[in-house]
Amino acid sequence: MSQDSKRARAGDDGVLVARLIAGEASAFGELVDRYHARMVRIAMGFVADRTVAEEVVQDTWLVVMTGLEGFEGRSSLATWIYRILANRARTRAVRERRSVPFSALGGDDDDGALAGRFDEVGHWSSPPRGWEVEDPEKLCLRREAMEVLKRAMDTLPANQRLVVMLRDVEGLEADEVCNILEVTETNQRVLLHRARTRLRTVLEEHLG
Amino acid sequence: MKAMLTCAEVTELVTSYLEGEMAWRRRVAFRLHLGWCRHCRAYLRQMRSTVRVLGRVPDEPIPTEVRDELARRLAAMRKK
Repeated sequence: MSQDSKRARAGDDGVLVARLIAGEASAFGELVDRYHARMVRIAMGFVADRTVAEEVVQDTWLVVMTGLEGFEGRSSLATWIYRILANRARTRAVRERRSVPFSALGGDDDDGALAGRFDEVGHWSSPPRGWEVEDPEKLCLRREAMEVLKRAMDTLPANQRLVVMLRDVEGLEADEVCNILEVTETNQRVLLHRARTRLRTVLEEHLG
Repeated sequence: MKAMLTCAEVTELVTSYLEGEMAWRRRVAFRLHLGWCRHCRAYLRQMRSTVRVLGRVPDEPIPTEVRDELARRLAAMRKK
């Protein structure tokens, strides 16, 4: 995320928090609209069951709303919310006894998104196909492409999905994501790499 | 460290490159390769587009009944 957009978001956060604390009803709606669906997706990275994930998110909202006055703005609002969410999701996963340590969720093996695309000396044998539309500004307006991308995200291994959602969809910084997910920078980068490689391939299949 | 990278290696390194997490010698080799390989240039461009498009995934508004339930629970908590 650029410095300008970080500053803009910090400004947005401050205003939104002030409105929330003042009890402005529409501020609450704005906040949940902004974060809810993403929080469910992230919770599902920990607990797998959608109903449980929804419950975890509901619990998180209650913690967030009651803790709002204590939010000091040292991190972004998003980081703060996701940290609370990750903690609750981890706790719930343990209770559900479906917990698998994050690191054991795999997803950092090469799943072969580019298998067969190179020859024996490492040159492209099947080079990247040109895309119908490459400009991201135009691409994000294509509903079908966005649907394909969202579906592909849902089929990623859970920890790859978590990293790419927090880094690329949400725009959090690498160190924030490492903090929230309790993984090393290297691990985070490998997961991000695998996720992005898969997602680029998916878009290429759709647009090439 | 090898001076020349293969296309396969470039695709493996692309995330490190975009993250700025690359030793300068390797970065030079990476850029050299891009200079003469249009396929890898295309790949990098597509990777950048993918990342930018991900940043534009639209928010899905919270379903009404979920939001109402949340508001109810919040109000109940505040009464305590």
